Amino acid sequence: MISPRPDKSMLYYPKMPATWWLRKRSYFLFMLRELSSVFIAIFLVVLLVQIYQLSEGPKSYTAFAQRLGSPGWIIFHAIALLFAIYHSITWFFSTAVVLPLRLGKREIPRNLVAALNIGAWIVVSLVILYLFLSLKG
Amino acid sequence: MNGATATLNITRYLPGQDQIPRSQSYSVPYQRDWVILDALNYIKDHIDGTLSYRWSCRMGVCGSCGMMVNGVPKLTCAVFLRDFYPQEIRIEPLVNFPIIRDLVIDMSDFLDKLKSVKPWIIRKTEKQISEGEYLQTPEELSAYQQFTQCINCMLCYAACPVYGMEPEFLGPAAIALGYRYNQDSRDQGKESRQAVLGSHEGIWQCTFVGECTEVCPKEVDPAAAIQRSKVEITKDWFKSVLLPWGQR
Amino acid sequence: MDTYDIIIVGGGGAGLRAAIAAAESSPKLSIALVSKVYPMRSHTVSAEGGTAAVLRDNDSFDTHAKDTIFGADFLADQDAVEMFINEAPGELIQLEHWGCPWSRDPDGRMSVRAFGGMSVNRTAFAADKTGFHMLHALFQTSLKYESVNRYDECFVTTLLVNDGRVQGITIINIYNGQVEVITGKAVILCTGGGGRVFPFTTNAAIKTGDGMALAYRAGVALKDMEFVQYHPTGLPGTGILITEASRGEGGWLTNKDGYRYLQDYGLGPPTDEPVHRKMELGPRDILSRCHMQELEKGRTFEGPYGHYVHLDLRHLGENKINEKIPFVRELARKYIGIDPVYEPIPVRPVVHYMMGGISTDATTKTTLAGLYAAGETACVSINGANRLGSNSLTECLVFGARAGRSAAEYASAQSSPSSKPLEALARDEQQRLDQQFLRKEGGKERIATIRQEMHKTMEEGVGIYRNEEAMQKTCNTLSQLRERFKDISFDDRSSIFNTEVIAALELDFMLDVAGAIAHSAANRKESRGSHTRTDFPKRDDENFLKHSLAHRTVDGPRIEYSPVTITRWQPEERKY
Ligand SMILES: Cc1cc2nc3c(=O)[nH]c(=O)nc-3n(C[C@H](O)[C@H](O)[C@H](O)COP(=O)(O)OP(=O)(O)OC[C@H]3O[C@@H](n4cnc5c(N)ncnc54)[C@H](O)[C@@H]3O)c2cc1C
Ligand code: SF4
Ligand code: FES
Repeated sequence: MISPRPDKSMLYYPKMPATWWLRKRSYFLFMLRELSSVFIAIFLVVLLVQIYQLSEGPKSYTAFAQRLGSPGWIIFHAIALLFAIYHSITWFFSTAVVLPLRLGKREIPRNLVAALNIGAWIVVSLVILYLFLSLKG
Repeated sequence: MNGATATLNITRYLPGQDQIPRSQSYSVPYQRDWVILDALNYIKDHIDGTLSYRWSCRMGVCGSCGMMVNGVPKLTCAVFLRDFYPQEIRIEPLVNFPIIRDLVIDMSDFLDKLKSVKPWIIRKTEKQISEGEYLQTPEELSAYQQFTQCINCMLCYAACPVYGMEPEFLGPAAIALGYRYNQDSRDQGKESRQAVLGSHEGIWQCTFVGECTEVCPKEVDPAAAIQRSKVEITKDWFKSVLLPWGQR
Repeated sequence: MDTYDIIIVGGGGAGLRAAIAAAESSPKLSIALVSKVYPMRSHTVSAEGGTAAVLRDNDSFDTHAKDTIFGADFLADQDAVEMFINEAPGELIQLEHWGCPWSRDPDGRMSVRAFGGMSVNRTAFAADKTGFHMLHALFQTSLKYESVNRYDECFVTTLLVNDGRVQGITIINIYNGQVEVITGKAVILCTGGGGRVFPFTTNAAIKTGDGMALAYRAGVALKDMEFVQYHPTGLPGTGILITEASRGEGGWLTNKDGYRYLQDYGLGPPTDEPVHRKMELGPRDILSRCHMQELEKGRTFEGPYGHYVHLDLRHLGENKINEKIPFVRELARKYIGIDPVYEPIPVRPVVHYMMGGISTDATTKTTLAGLYAAGETACVSINGANRLGSNSLTECLVFGARAGRSAAEYASAQSSPSSKPLEALARDEQQRLDQQFLRKEGGKERIATIRQEMHKTMEEGVGIYRNEEAMQKTCNTLSQLRERFKDISFDDRSSIFNTEVIAALELDFMLDVAGAIAHSAANRKESRGSHTRTDFPKRDDENFLKHSLAHRTVDGPRIEYSPVTITRWQPEERKY
C-alpha cells in the first residue's frame, strides 16, 4: 500500500492530439491495422453473400458476380487484398518474436526468421495460384 | 568553453498557476560531453531554480530521468547534447502520463499494476535457507534474464499508443515483469499470474505496435514478452478445454 | 498524524531488507517505509560488482574475517565482523529464494568471482548489475507484505525525540509540500552514504548523508567519519564507476607509458592472469594512493577533467567482456564513446563509499532509545578504515535484517507514544522549515554556489592525501559556509514538487556531515586505511587504534574516542 499520492485535482491530464498517429511510422501502421479490420470485415460479409448466392443457383450467382466486377468493387478488393497481405506480414514478424529460434547459443536474427517465413509463404501462394490457373485451363 | 550555446525548449507546468503546459526556452553553454541531464542541471543551478524534474544515478540504471526528447522517450542521462547540436532541442514530460509539474509525471498507476502481476517468487513448497540455493543452470537463467533488466523507466508506456488510449492497460513493463517470473525455473505461481495477464486489461489489449521494444533503453523487449504470453495463455486454455481433468 | 509501530527511513537494500525482516518477525506490526525517491531508484541500484559471502568449500569464515579485518587496517570490531560473516551466506541464499537472478555455474550453483582485497573467489554477482538485481528483487518481494505501508517521495526532515527516545519523524510530502508527522515506537535509518559532499564521486545525486545528519542532530555520535573510500576507477568528469569486477576478471591499470605501474608500489609481480590481492586486485585505498604518486611523478595522462590513467581490458576479448562485464562496455560506450574491446578506458580515483556513519552496536542499536541504523549510513563497524569491495551490499542485507528484527522486538514491548508532546515538537519543526526553507524570502546566496565551495574545500582538505594545515583550512571554510547557508535564496516558492527546497535541505545535511568528516580527520594524527596524512605517514596503534566519535555541539563537532574490539586477530603491519 502507498499512502501519499499526488492530488488528482492538481494533475494535468494531457490529451492525445488528433494527429498523434501521423507522428511515427509505427503508429501510422498501427492505425492502418485498426482501419483495415473494417475492410476485412466487409470482405468476409461479401464472401458470405457470395456463398449464399451460389446456393441459390447459377443465375443469381452470375448476376452477383457481375456486380462484383464493377470498378468500385475491384478497387475495394484490391485494397482488402493489400490489407490481408499486410496482416500476414505483421503476423510473420510477430511469430519471429514469439518463437525465437536458436542456432547453438545464438538467436537467429528475427528479421531473417520473418524473411524465411515470408519466402515460404510466397512459394506456397505461387503453388496455389499455379494449381488454380491450371485447373481453370 | 568556447562561447557556443545550445538551446532547449522545455515544457513548464505549474499547477495553480498555469492552465495548460507552456514551453520555455533556455540557452546553456554547449559542451560536447554533456548529456541532456547535464544541461538541465546547469539550468537548475545557474539560470532557473524553479525547473523541476527527477534524476539520481546519472548512469542509466535508476530509471528516474525519462523525458520526451524531440518527441521520443529517452533517458536524459544517456543522450548527448551533441547528437542534436546545433538544432534546438525540445524537452517534454513523458507522454501518456498525468503531469505533476514541469517534467515530473505521475507514475503511481504503474506501481499498482506492477503489484497486480505478483512480481515475486511463488512456491508451493519452500526450501529452507539451510538447504541452500535452488539450482538453476545458465540456460534456465537465460530463459528469463532479459526480462529482469527492466529499470521501470516508463519509456515504453510513453511509446505505447494503446496505453495512451486505454490507461487501464497493464502495459509493457508490468507484463514483461509478470512474464519474467513465469519463466523463472524457481517459480510455481504462473496460474495465479495468468489471471491478471490474461484479463481484459492484460495482454489482449496489445496489437503489436512494437514501439515499446524500440524505445526500451535496456533491451528488455516487452513486446516479445506480451506476444509470448499470448501464446502461453492460449496453450493453457486449449489444454484446459481439451485435456480431461487431472491430466493437465 | 499517521501512527505506526516501526518507521523505516530509506528504501535501498538495507531499508527494504529491514522492512521485510520486520514484517516477517510479526505480521501484527504496522510498518512505514519512507523514501525520498521511489525505492527502486535508491542508490543500491548502481552497485555493479557483487556481494561477498563464504559460499564454497575452498573458503572459510576465518579467511573472510581475516581479509575484512586486514582490509580495515584493524579498525573493525572483530566480534561484529565474525557475526557478519557467519550470517552473510544465509542472506545471499535468502535473496536467491526471493528471485534474485544470480549468475550461475554450469551445475546450477551461484557463481563467485575475485574481488579486490579478497583472498579467494567469494563475490557472488548478477552479471555486473548486482545491486540493481538485488534491489529490484527486494523491492518486488516487499510488495507482497501488506503490513508495509510505503511513503514514496517523502523527505524526512527531523527525528522527533521525546522522553529520551525517538518517537517519530516529520516529513515533507514532496507532492504537495505539506509537513506531516509520522509517529512510531522505533525508527530505523537506512539512508545510505554521503559521497555527494565531494565533487568527484560514483555516488548518485540522492546520496547526501541525510540519515547521518538526522541522527547527529538528535544527539547520536557519528563514528569514524574521516574514513572515506576512493575507488581507483571512476570515469573522469562524471565519476561514473567502472566496477572492480573489470579488474577481477583480469583488467590492467597502465600509466601514460603503457606500464603497469602498480608493480612499483610493492603490489607486483605483474602476471597475465589476476592473482588475489596482488597488482590490480590490491585494496582500493592503496590503489588510489598509487595513482596519486604516479601523478606526482608525471606519469599520468592529462585531460579536460584532470589526471587519469588507463584501465585496459582489450586482452580479455570481446566475448569475455560481453559475458562477464557487459555493463562496463555499455557505460564506456554510452558515456565516453570508447569501446573497451578496442581502446583502454580513462579512469581516476573518485569518492565512493563512507566507512563511517551513525554509531551502532552489532544489533544495529544506537545510543538513542528506539533508534536503529543499518547499511551505508551506519557504522557498526565492520569496515574500519577501509571497506573491502563487495562487503557492503552484504552488510546492507545482514544488518538490514538485524535492524528489522531488533526494532520489531523493541517496538512490540513499547506502548504507543503520546501525541501531545510530539505535536508540540512538530510545530517547532514546521516553524523551522517555514522560516529557513519553505517560506523563506530574500537571501542572496545560491544553493549551487555553496555546494560547489563545499566540494572544493572537501577535495582540497580531506582528499586522498591530507595534512594538518589543509584540514584546518577546510574546517574553517566549512564553518563559514554554514554561516553563509543561512542567507540562501530560493527561486522556487511553489509547494508542488519543489526540488529546490529538497536540494537546500540536502545541502543543510551535507554541511553537517562534511564538518564531521573534516574534524574527525584533523584529529586523527596517523595514517590508517583510507586516511593518509603526509605529516603523519605511519599507523599509530598506540594512540589511535580506536574509533572516533563526532558529537554535534554549538561550537562545531567535538571528537571523542572509543575502543576497538580485538578478539582473535592481533594488529600487524598491513602488507600485500
Ligand atoms: C557505483 C557504485 C557501485 C557499488 N558497487 C558495489 C559492489 O559491487 N558491491 C558492494 O558490496 N557495494 C557496492 N557499492 C556500495 C553499495 O552499493 C552501497 O553501500 C549500498 O548500496 C548502500 O545501500 P543502502 O541501503 O545503505 O542505501 P541506498 O541504497 O543509498 O538507499 C538510501 C535510501 O534512503 C532514502 N533516503 C535518504 N535520505 C532520505 C531522507 N531525508 N528522507 C527520506 N528518504 C531518504 C533514499 O530515498 C533511499 O531509498 C557501490 C556503490 C556505488 C556508488
Ligand atoms: S521495459 Fe524497458 S522501457 Fe519499459 S520500463 Fe522497463 S526498462 Fe523502461
Ligand atoms: S538518472 Fe538514473 S537513469 Fe538517468
